[in-house]
Amino acid sequence: MTHAKLMTLSEAIAAFVHDGCSVSLEGFTHIIPYAAAHEIIRQQKRNLTVYRMTADIVVDQLIAGDCVDELVSSFIGNSSVGSLHELRRRIEGKGPRPLRYREYSHGGMIARYLAGASGLPFYPLLSYAGSDLPKINDEIRVIESPYDGQKIYVVPPINADVAIVHAQRADAKGNVQIWGLTGIQQEVAYSAEKVIVTVEEIVDEDVITSDPNRTLLPSHVVDAVVEVPKGAHPSFVQGYYDRDGAFYRQWNDISKDPQTLQDWLEEWIHELTDHSDYVAKQGPQFWDQLASPYVPSLPVNYGSRQS
Amino acid sequence: MTDTTQATQISPSELLAVVASRELAQARTVFAGIGLPTVAVSLAHLTCAPDIEIIYESGVCGAHPASLPETVADSVLITGAEAVLDMTALFNYVLQRGHIDVGFLGAAQIDKWGNLNSSVIGDWAHPKVRLPGSGGAAEVMANSKEVYVVMRRHEARSLVAELDFCTSPGPDRALAAGFTPRGLGVTKVITELGVLSRTAPGEELLLTGVYPGVDPADVVAATGWDLKVSDQLTVVPHPSDVELSLLREEVDPNRVYLR
Repeated sequence: MTHAKLMTLSEAIAAFVHDGCSVSLEGFTHIIPYAAAHEIIRQQKRNLTVYRMTADIVVDQLIAGDCVDELVSSFIGNSSVGSLHELRRRIEGKGPRPLRYREYSHGGMIARYLAGASGLPFYPLLSYAGSDLPKINDEIRVIESPYDGQKIYVVPPINADVAIVHAQRADAKGNVQIWGLTGIQQEVAYSAEKVIVTVEEIVDEDVITSDPNRTLLPSHVVDAVVEVPKGAHPSFVQGYYDRDGAFYRQWNDISKDPQTLQDWLEEWIHELTDHSDYVAKQGPQFWDQLASPYVPSLPVNYGSRQS
Repeated sequence: MTDTTQATQISPSELLAVVASRELAQARTVFAGIGLPTVAVSLAHLTCAPDIEIIYESGVCGAHPASLPETVADSVLITGAEAVLDMTALFNYVLQRGHIDVGFLGAAQIDKWGNLNSSVIGDWAHPKVRLPGSGGAAEVMANSKEVYVVMRRHEARSLVAELDFCTSPGPDRALAAGFTPRGLGVTKVITELGVLSRTAPGEELLLTGVYPGVDPADVVAATGWDLKVSDQLTVVPHPSDVELSLLREEVDPNRVYLR
């Protein structure tokens, strides 16, 4: 068996993320690929188009790292605990340079990923009737249904150059298992040209084959699989560690002042070699506080025919 | 503690949560974000709607959290949940197929037809303030049977004659644009002063309820459009002792959301 897809994060980002390319980074509050985004910042990738439904802290960091020219999103905010100040500075015309922003709703982004993953030229949805969004986003277009003659809005596919997602575990071949909030991860992977998956742990193939329904991304859709423990911090990984709510609350103050934000990027990304430095810098007590208790599911019977 | 003593100590959030919970008596499935809407649904579950179920924007159905969740996607909502759906199932099958009775939304601006703005203050291309945007609000509005809006502040800059931008259009705008709307749009707006209601497309939001001691003329003055007062205006009863004690002792004992 070949293990050609097993890489370091540095290798995977260098191999698949290039200046000027488009990147889908997904994870709905859960399993956000922070470590991969930090590596993009560390490698100083430039002029990216970023697709992300819930543009939160990870996007603020990428923008502050000067990696992003265009953002395509359906929600830009740090849940209810503050603003993304770098993003707001750029959109409100107060930053060092502007950011192109293309606004959708969640339903629109999901439809775009479905079109992209299905190889379709567009996808219809029941949103946007009477909305101002089509006036500022000319990709949201109306057609007449060939069946009932009714008007319906459609959106184009997302087919990013590279998709990056985080997951609980994978085997060395790149079969990826996710549980808890699975979000849009499967559609995102199938919509992209190349797929990088960071995981909490690489496990034996036996672990994966004991529960095949939990494999959301089969190895055929995965190009790089990277073991990055704690790779989703400060977001969470169900069954591994909880969300670092304190950091989410601190981000408002960190991002409010541009210099404080640049100092944060320097201390927590540029001065560190890789994510293991970041984990070590936080210290073991820090991780103990976030560790998830053990709540296993009951096994199911996958038995088939008597031999 | 007497009823009068409790009434004088009711916080605005408690009042909004209790009033919203009473409106949920007929609802079975509710799409709600974390905060006052979930508090209201939890109280309704204990009072007027024992079979009510929250469906969260993260895809969690039938959650049984051991502690109060901080976000719609909190890990405590997953542990012990009855189901966790992916985004395609949630938005395309649950919402678009019409499984939501009541959707709860908030917004920076609402107009008299119940259209919502959560995108920008000012011009979209050159905003004075950039707001988070739709999230799933446009889909909740388009696909729920009806929508309730909770506005903590009742003021003319939030309840406006004209939206700066329409993020989540109601059925009247859909009809005007030549579409067939599916749901009723906003039917209730619960604010710090009272309740605004409408029952069908073509109707404006009317002032249908005020809290004890609130002058309807003050509500009209605090509204950015020419708010009409219903000829069936009622005084919304104070939260009862039972509602208050359930809210304070069972639903949110640590006062995470009952500020």
